[in-house]
Amino acid sequence: MAKLYDLAHCRAGDKGNTSILSVIAYRPEDYQFLVDTLTVDVVARHLRDIVQGEIRRWELPRLGALQFVCERSLGGGVTTSLALDAHGKSLSYALLMLDLPQ
Amino acid sequence: MDAALALAEHGALDWLALECLAERTIALAQLRRRRAPDSGFDPKLQRRIAALLPIVSRTGTRIVTNMGAANPMAAGRAVIDIARQLGIDVRVAVVTGDDVLAALPLDAFAMEAHRPLSSYGPLVSANAYLGAEAILPAIESGANVIITGRVADPSLFVAPIVHWYGWALDEWNRVAAATTVGHLLECAGQLCGGYFADPGRKDVPDMANLGFPYAEVDSDGVATLAKVEGTGGCITLATAKEQLLYEVTDPCAYLTPDVSADFSTITLKQVGKDRVRVEGARAHRRPEQLKVSVGYMAGFVGEGEIGYAGPNANARAELAAKTVQARLEGRFEELRIDLIGSSSLHGRAFDSTASAYEVRLRVAGRARTAEDAAIIGDEVEALYTNGPAGGGGARRYVHEQVGIVSTMIDRESVRPCVTLMEREAHGEVV
Repeated sequence: MAKLYDLAHCRAGDKGNTSILSVIAYRPEDYQFLVDTLTVDVVARHLRDIVQGEIRRWELPRLGALQFVCERSLGGGVTTSLALDAHGKSLSYALLMLDLPQ
Repeated sequence: MDAALALAEHGALDWLALECLAERTIALAQLRRRRAPDSGFDPKLQRRIAALLPIVSRTGTRIVTNMGAANPMAAGRAVIDIARQLGIDVRVAVVTGDDVLAALPLDAFAMEAHRPLSSYGPLVSANAYLGAEAILPAIESGANVIITGRVADPSLFVAPIVHWYGWALDEWNRVAAATTVGHLLECAGQLCGGYFADPGRKDVPDMANLGFPYAEVDSDGVATLAKVEGTGGCITLATAKEQLLYEVTDPCAYLTPDVSADFSTITLKQVGKDRVRVEGARAHRRPEQLKVSVGYMAGFVGEGEIGYAGPNANARAELAAKTVQARLEGRFEELRIDLIGSSSLHGRAFDSTASAYEVRLRVAGRARTAEDAAIIGDEVEALYTNGPAGGGGARRYVHEQVGIVSTMIDRESVRPCVTLMEREAHGEVV
C-alpha cells in the first residue's frame, strides 16, 4: 500500500503547544489528489495519539501544498514538556506514515 | 560559522544578518546576566564578530544581529573591544527597548492558556518583539554593526531592505515582500537543504559543507534566493516551499510587528541552479499590538535512561518501565516514561510489534527542587541491581527549566531606543 511518504514531503514546526505540518506534493499533478484525500478527519484519525486539539487545514495551490495546524499536540508546550521531542520536530514523519487509498 | 564567513567573503553582500535567538535564549541569557552584569548576550558573539570584522571592513558589508540577547549594550561594548584589539574602525548601533519586564502588568493573560502571568511562578524575562521601525534609526545612523535584543526574526532583514530602497513602512505589499525574504533566509542553512535531506528521496549534495543563503532583492521586492558557489546543499522549489511554510500557523496572515503577510499568493520559480525567484506576497496592515515573550522559572526536570539489547529487549525494557513507575508512584505530579527505539517520539500508534534490537528506557519528571528531581536518576540507576536483566549504559540528568509563555502589549508601552558607540566615544541618539 502506498504511503503519503511516496507522494509528498513534509516539515514540522511548532508554536507553543501547536504543531504545524506542511505537506508538499513532489509532483504538481498530485496536489488535487492530496486535497481530496487528506481531509482534516483523515489526518485527525491518523494522528489521534498525538493531536489532542483541533486541526485546521490550509490549501496552497500555488505551492502544491497543504498546511495542517494541529492544536494541543506537544504535551502542553515546547518549553515545559517532558517529551523527548518537545518541539514535535519528528512528527513530519508520523504524518508521512499515512496509508493512501488505492 | 564557516558558512557565515563564506557568505561575507564571497557573497558580495550589502548586508549580513545573523539571527541567533531561539525562543528560550533570552530568558536563559537573563539568568546569566543576573549572575554577571556584563554578560547576557550571545556567548559566541566575540568569536563571530572577531572572525567577521576583518572581512566586512574590507567588503563594506554591514552586519545586523540579534546577538545582544538579554544585554545588547554589553554586546555593543564587546564589539567595540574587539574592534580596538583588531585595530579596525567600527561604528556600532545598539537597539534597546525590547525588555518590558518592568512595564508588564502581571494580571495580563498568557496567550497559551487563559490564566494570568503571575500564576506561572517567578518571571525572569519579558521581551517585546520589536520590528523594522525600531531598527531603522540604527541603520540611518550609518553604523556598520547593529546589535539588537529581541526583534522579530524577519525584521532583521526587512529593515535593511526597506532602508535600501527608501520604502515607507506602510507600503504593506513591499514590506510583505521583504518579510518573505527574511522568513526564507532565517534558520541558518534550512533554505539550502538543511533539515531537508532524506537519502534516496530528497538528496542534498555535500551536506557537511552546507552553505547559508542570501537574497538579491530588486526595487519591486522580487527576490532571487541563492548561495555562494562551491558551498554544499541546494536551493530548489522543494527546499524553498518547506522553508516558506515552516512554523507558519496561518499562511494567509503571517504576523510580525511590521505586517500581516499573505504567503498564499506567492509564486516560486527555479531560475537557475540553486537559484529560486520568489514574488507575489500580499499584505494587510501590521498588527496593532506587539507580542511579548515571557520567561519564568518552571522548576527542575530529572531524567534517567538505561538501555536493553538482544533477545526480549522490549519486554525487559517494559518491565523496567513498570518497575520504576511503581517505585515513583505518587512522588511526581508530572512523570513521563518512554521507550526509545519504539514509542518515544510518536507514541504507540505506529510502533511495529517486532521488537527493536535495542530499546532504551527514559524516565522524566518535574519537581520543585533539584534534590527531588534527582530521585528519578536514583530509581533508574537502581534498575542495575534491582531491575530486569541486562540493563546497561545508565545516565542521569537534572536541569532547571525555564518556561516561555506569550502575551500582547500596546505599541505605546514599548519605547525602542538606539545608542551609538564608536571605538572610544559614546554618543546617544534616540
